[in-house]
Amino acid sequence: MSPAFATRETAWCPGCGNFALLECLKTALNELGLDPERVLLVAGIGQAAKTPQYVTSHAFCGLHGRALPPAAAAKMANEDLVVVVSTGDGDTYGEGGNHFLHNIRRNVDIAHFVHDNQVYGLTKGQASPTTDIGQVTDVQVTGNQNRPLNPMLTALAAGAGFVARGFIGDREQLTDLMKAAIRHPGYALVDIFQPCVSFNKVNTFAYYSKRVYRLGPDHDPSDFAAALRVAGEFGDRIPTGILYQEQRPTFHQRHPVLSAGGPLLDRKRDPALVARFCREFV
Amino acid sequence: MTCNLLIGGAAGQGIETTAAILERILKRAGAHVFSHRDLMSRIRGGHNFTQVRFGNAPVRCHADRLNGLVAFTRETLDLHRDRVAEDGFLLVDAALLPAEEMAGNRDPRLLPLPLSAIAKELGNPKVEGNVAVGALLRLFGVSRDLADGVLPLYLKESLVPINQQAIDRGYALAEPRFSCPPGDAADAMLLSGNRALALGAIAAGVKFYSAYPMSPSTSILEYLASKGVEAGIVVEQAEDEIAAVNMALGASFAGVRAMTGTSGGGFCLMVEALGFAGIAEIPLVVADIQRPGPATGLPTRTEQSDLKFVLSCAQGEFPRMVIALRHHADAFRQAIRAFDLADRYQLPVILLGDQYLADATATVPLFDPSEIPADPRPIVDDGRDEANDPDGEGAAVGEAGGSGYLRYRFTPDGVSPRRIPARSPGFVAIDSDEHDESGRITESADMRTRMVDKRMKKLEGLRQELQEPEFLGEDGCGTLLLGWGSLYGPLAEAVSILNADPDRTDSYGALVFGDLWPLPTRVLLARAADARRLVDVEQNATAQLADLVRQETGLACDARILKYDGRQLSGEEIASRIRKEARP
Repeated sequence: MSPAFATRETAWCPGCGNFALLECLKTALNELGLDPERVLLVAGIGQAAKTPQYVTSHAFCGLHGRALPPAAAAKMANEDLVVVVSTGDGDTYGEGGNHFLHNIRRNVDIAHFVHDNQVYGLTKGQASPTTDIGQVTDVQVTGNQNRPLNPMLTALAAGAGFVARGFIGDREQLTDLMKAAIRHPGYALVDIFQPCVSFNKVNTFAYYSKRVYRLGPDHDPSDFAAALRVAGEFGDRIPTGILYQEQRPTFHQRHPVLSAGGPLLDRKRDPALVARFCREFV
Repeated sequence: MTCNLLIGGAAGQGIETTAAILERILKRAGAHVFSHRDLMSRIRGGHNFTQVRFGNAPVRCHADRLNGLVAFTRETLDLHRDRVAEDGFLLVDAALLPAEEMAGNRDPRLLPLPLSAIAKELGNPKVEGNVAVGALLRLFGVSRDLADGVLPLYLKESLVPINQQAIDRGYALAEPRFSCPPGDAADAMLLSGNRALALGAIAAGVKFYSAYPMSPSTSILEYLASKGVEAGIVVEQAEDEIAAVNMALGASFAGVRAMTGTSGGGFCLMVEALGFAGIAEIPLVVADIQRPGPATGLPTRTEQSDLKFVLSCAQGEFPRMVIALRHHADAFRQAIRAFDLADRYQLPVILLGDQYLADATATVPLFDPSEIPADPRPIVDDGRDEANDPDGEGAAVGEAGGSGYLRYRFTPDGVSPRRIPARSPGFVAIDSDEHDESGRITESADMRTRMVDKRMKKLEGLRQELQEPEFLGEDGCGTLLLGWGSLYGPLAEAVSILNADPDRTDSYGALVFGDLWPLPTRVLLARAADARRLVDVEQNATAQLADLVRQETGLACDARILKYDGRQLSGEEIASRIRKEARP
């Protein structure tokens, strides 16, 4: 019997949205019946990125903005790993924006949970790529002037095969989204509203509670045009759920080396092959 | 005895392929070859050339004086004709010479041949190069039949017949005038420095290589990509160098031997991750194939100016190993060694190459199969190490799922037993934050100090592994030259020239460093004690090795021979500058 996933004491502020998120993550991992020794949590830097510190699993706590490249590569090295990236809106869409775009293109089978509180937490309250126009911070002293990035639209435009949004106020749905993302073969993005109680007095729990609504059965996640339409909905009403899902060939399925032959790390290097490569230069 | 040819033309004229075919044929005829590329950073036009130097004994570097010139553009002829010996030849496409130059008292070295006319007649202007190759084979008395085995290595199958005709036509144009120096290199390999390095990585069991294309490192990426499917290597072109190095770290963490390669500009982007490899103790091999900087610098040329940068780059303090590549066989061996050291000490190892070695091809004896590790893979603690889990405590004491495995367990040598996620028992936790033995974040003053000490302790082990610099020249020499990396060949030749000079007033030797950090000092101190003076020779403007030597040993160099115009010092050039600038 494999051990269950557990969590441990955290360093988050009391009331932080990450507590509920962590609970949902633990529940999702346990309900999927995964062996903790096969699960790798990868993070960059930030409050969200502390998540792997608090879960009994393998943990790769890397550099700010750089969670996706090692996560994708770890999966390439050992396809037996269930790789989950847990990191923030600044980490993902700001510092790591380039990796966000290109790992959507790679479509490695990893799940990416973005703790989106529309503000920088660890550095104490500056605007993030998802902060609303006009929001005043210690740095954006006359109000944020830059249009917020819409991660759902960006992911759809870049060709992501699984695009979802959750809210920590709806734990049942969030747990289900996490499970669906982990099960989805390929890159799966879940952008999760989790209010920052210390530094964001605008996008509060009440703010999100008032606006979010679950996408109903009338939404067809395989309909790209419908997905674009609901992804663009970001104001008085914000949809949660799976906006878009389509199975696209994963990195492993497309890769000439990885598509056959088992996990990369178990393969032996053939000395005769090296000798032959040498002889090719004669 | 060597012969030195320059083959030049515009980018897009196939100069590199022409030179590659020629040098491969010469090698198969037995000649030792060293072929050096001088390229402009452009895809079409400009002026590119390759110098093919061949002889009956190993040729270690390029030379300045030419025995022959093969010119496919007028510019090539005009730029280089003064370097050709009086008894040499200027093989030039006749169409490039105006009538007045063809007639009368023309340069006796001129050998105008209808290269482009024949190519046109054959129906493909691109075979012009092989018309010249045919003529050269005849000039040097090399069997034309060797071309038949070589052409298919470089040309599409459909293009082989027309190129064979081109060789035949060229062969018929010339008369035997010289002889190809008979050597014993027919069974040797002929390969570039970057390919030797990449081959070493394959031999070392690299399974993951991620990189962003950047001259002059790209040919490592290309060679590994060409062998990836067959050899089971994931070769991934990353979106940028930051991704490239972080991907290599993720793959290495997950249990495969991983590497990245770049040039100085890309290396700048990798620096934060280098420190991450240091604190997280993840084995990493990085090749920095130097080119002149700063910033974009001279993209296709050579320099040794990243030394101080790679010695100290990234914030904070952590152990690293820096190994310069001296020559082709060295590149192969050091790549194997770099993976071994990175694994055993769990730290970043930087292989420092440069454009000169990266692009130059040379004949190298076939690598000995005994040098190829049998089954190279990360060194892993199999989980049966009781000492690592003495009382079942550790990572997640008292918590469900806690395995007790301590990724950063304190050990006498600073190296903690390594486990692989989902292969060894327990949980592997690594962190770029300061951490405790279990890999969890800590701000404990005591733990911080002990962790820094633990990591730095690995340098003590590394120091026991160092390879001393290679000494070339006369024991007890009065003048000791110091250099590193790809100046190995030019320094070897310079010392030979200086010591063979009948009018010499001094004796000469050279120490050429491969391992640069930690710096091996034993042989340096011993040789320096015997020498009257030290002369630093480097391909940079600030004598970076001289500063490092002074920092580590207190020894000061008496003179410096420096070059930073993007072109490699030749042996002759070093010898002549020693005579002029560093007279005893």
